[in-house]
Amino acid sequence: MAIAFSVNGKPVSVEADADTPLLWALRDDLGLTGTKFGCGIAACGACSVHVDGAVTRSCSVPISDVAGKSVTTIEGLKAADGTLHKVQQAWIEAQVPQCGYCQSGQIMAAVALIEQVGSPSDAQIDDAMTNICRCGTYPRIRTAILAATGQAAAAQQGEA
Amino acid sequence: MADNPNSDLDYPETSAPAAKPKRKGVKRRIFLAGSALVVGGGIFGVWWTDSNAKGRANTLIGGEGKHAFNSVMTIAEDDTVTLFSPHIDFGQGSHTALGQMLADELDAAWEKVTIEQAPADMAFANAALAKGFLPTMVGDTVAGLIPDAVIGLMARSMPLMITGGSSAIRFTGEVAMRRTGAAVRAALVAEAADRLGVPESELTTADSKVTHAKSGRSLRYGELAAGAATRSLSSDPVLKTRDQWKLIGKPVPRRDIPSKVDGSAVYGIDFTLPDMRVATIAAAPVRGGKLESVDEAPALAISGVEKVVKLPDAVIVVAKGYWPATKGLAALSPKFTDGGHSAMSTPAIYAAQEKLRKASGEPDNVGGEGDVDAAFAAAGVKLVEAEYRVPFLHHAMMEPFALTGHFKDGTLHLWGGLQDPLSTRAKAAKAAGLEVDNVVFHPMIMGGGFGRRFPDLVEIIDQIAVLAKQVPYPVKLVWSREEEVRHGTYRPQSSAGLKASLKDGKITGWRADYVQSGSAEGEVPFIYAIPATLRRHFAYQSNQIDGPWRSVNATQMGFYTESFMDELAAAAGEDPYQFRRKHLATGSRHLAALDMVAKRSGWGTPLPKGVGRGIAIVESFDTIVAEVVEASVKEDGSPKVLKAWAVVDCGTTVNPLNAEAQIAGGLIMGLSSAIGEQVTLDKGAVVESNFSDYPILKLADAPPAVDVHFIESGAKTGGIGEPGLPPASPALANALSAATGKRIRNLPLLTQAKA
Repeated sequence: MAIAFSVNGKPVSVEADADTPLLWALRDDLGLTGTKFGCGIAACGACSVHVDGAVTRSCSVPISDVAGKSVTTIEGLKAADGTLHKVQQAWIEAQVPQCGYCQSGQIMAAVALIEQVGSPSDAQIDDAMTNICRCGTYPRIRTAILAATGQAAAAQQGEA
Repeated sequence: MADNPNSDLDYPETSAPAAKPKRKGVKRRIFLAGSALVVGGGIFGVWWTDSNAKGRANTLIGGEGKHAFNSVMTIAEDDTVTLFSPHIDFGQGSHTALGQMLADELDAAWEKVTIEQAPADMAFANAALAKGFLPTMVGDTVAGLIPDAVIGLMARSMPLMITGGSSAIRFTGEVAMRRTGAAVRAALVAEAADRLGVPESELTTADSKVTHAKSGRSLRYGELAAGAATRSLSSDPVLKTRDQWKLIGKPVPRRDIPSKVDGSAVYGIDFTLPDMRVATIAAAPVRGGKLESVDEAPALAISGVEKVVKLPDAVIVVAKGYWPATKGLAALSPKFTDGGHSAMSTPAIYAAQEKLRKASGEPDNVGGEGDVDAAFAAAGVKLVEAEYRVPFLHHAMMEPFALTGHFKDGTLHLWGGLQDPLSTRAKAAKAAGLEVDNVVFHPMIMGGGFGRRFPDLVEIIDQIAVLAKQVPYPVKLVWSREEEVRHGTYRPQSSAGLKASLKDGKITGWRADYVQSGSAEGEVPFIYAIPATLRRHFAYQSNQIDGPWRSVNATQMGFYTESFMDELAAAAGEDPYQFRRKHLATGSRHLAALDMVAKRSGWGTPLPKGVGRGIAIVESFDTIVAEVVEASVKEDGSPKVLKAWAVVDCGTTVNPLNAEAQIAGGLIMGLSSAIGEQVTLDKGAVVESNFSDYPILKLADAPPAVDVHFIESGAKTGGIGEPGLPPASPALANALSAATGKRIRNLPLLTQAKA
């Protein structure tokens, strides 16, 4: 069956079984491979996208649930003129990614957090950023979120 | 005991025999080499000694207006320098660092340098790696006697193109990139001297130009490249000294990062071709088991499913996309045998290891010096003993295995990411029953690896090769996370018994008996100055495949040694930091690193109640890392890491910005494994299935920042991808012991620290 929704501001129609997870509709049907497959059980967050503005683990949401809704993926964060989102820019400045595979999901989670609370505290970052990064980029993720919201990066420990 | 599992990987056309644990001073590097992996890729001996390989490589990377040098780089007429890296990228950032090393010696303008993956071709076999690893295999003396020409031949015959062993910078960078840059620069200067009719001594180079200051004339590298490429290159060019470096040692941003923040980076799992199908697989739950039977009908009834393919030990479902393939696989009820391994379990393995260690049989390998028995028997010594256990660990690379294959007109094309493009080709060719020349591998970037992507242990290569030959269309085979977790090549489950004698606050004798598949002797150095030491390895093989896991044997050996050092300090009534100091040579790099981490972490200053500080130091891959962790215990008994410090001596830091990330990431991965990770077996099968029961440390539980400091000792360049990891687990266990008084000897820590 065909299910219609919008992705990154454009209307799309996906011909697939209703139980197809949004992740696979995005990757296999729409060719948007910036959203990653990590676990398939909503445990790692690599597949995070926004559905009507809320951060959502797309591997565990059937497309029937997003009919008529608005989906934003990592490819849709840039402005129309190609300017990167301030969070993406902060990610480059803090040199966050290593293998980079989880970073689309990390960035989508961070953008949603910032849109929700403005300037998140460390505790809010702890609560919201539950995506797995095997490379261990967490300190730089924190630094980038703080920098993107005009907050001082975490002070270095020890002596200068 | 169960048969060695590796011999069970019998696809129709392949039989990869297991590398049996080697004995007596034969190291892991040889294990890699013995399984056809030695380093390959093209550089050093190859170009300077073999015109065939050089010519072929240069044909592959050169082209219209692009002039190739030594199978490593090209200069285009617009001045663009392109470096072809024999190393793949799985997040470690060595492409940028290799570029820095080449460009610095070349005096190329950094913005005009691009870095690409070298083709998976024998002409790029990496002789620099062969040269680098050689001393670890045969010793410095013998290594020094082997001519570079022979090393180049070795690299190609093995063939060698791996990424691993923290080798990119210390071997490829130091041996190949810097020398190539310097030699090409010299050729450009010689060409300019002829063109301008001036002596070379009056010429200077900078920003991709050769300048004659006296006459105010200059020539761009792009203008000189064609002529320079016809000149012979010095194999022993003058390298810059440290004070002349402009790029080496600078925090240069990584080139790959922009594509990793906007979703445009294409990983193996993202690759697509027109008309491509997607497949997924379920292998026998018990490693070593076989597929007995499967009724294909339930899968074929799922819409989108096209085909079911049976392998000797697995079943594959091919469909229009990953989701229908997954549904098709879930609909099947395949019957597998257990390969006779039904008695294999985690407790059974520990029991068998303990029995082996205590049976007073002959160890499989020994190391150390002095008379330990005499030290233990000496009058007035205090004897201390402890036993430790560490579990199998899963690599948990975030990108599950995915390889695309297309068999067309007699040639098999493969796309994806593995740690050695050359042996990937060879393995696929064998599985598909093709000549190597009829397999083309297109290397892609990887979502992590951590040791899991060494081709000789990667079954998906055989699986895709066999599958692609059976279908007329391109097909991408994707492993589910469950397949990843349950069919890993794990860090070995290992256990050890340590015993030491103390006299007057110093260790007089040290014995470590450890049981696991391979020996760590020769790989993990023992850094303490103790009069009598003995390390005995007892070989034990379960039905699992023990693979290299980030930092390899240094993880468990570091945990054993550094936990026991703290126990000995306690027995001697001394501070763990001061106790270590007494056993490290005065003026040594180890002592300098230890002192620096103590200073930066404020060792000895008061801590709040319930908070403990732990210290550990481990050398691996020619790099010394000392770490301090501050931790407390949560209400449920699990550790809470508060702060972490790392002091690193890798000789020279090529890119401090990236090196810091590698060390901090390694430390966090070490904490993650120590806190909660374990792969357990029941009836021969892996119990864990996904991140739900194989927990990876998350941001909230990682230290908010890791203070990483580098000591620029100028010593032989060491690796950075792996050495940050090993000290983390003992530093944390030591911190918990300091906080609670409770010594935890078995990993993972889980809630063992509960009061």
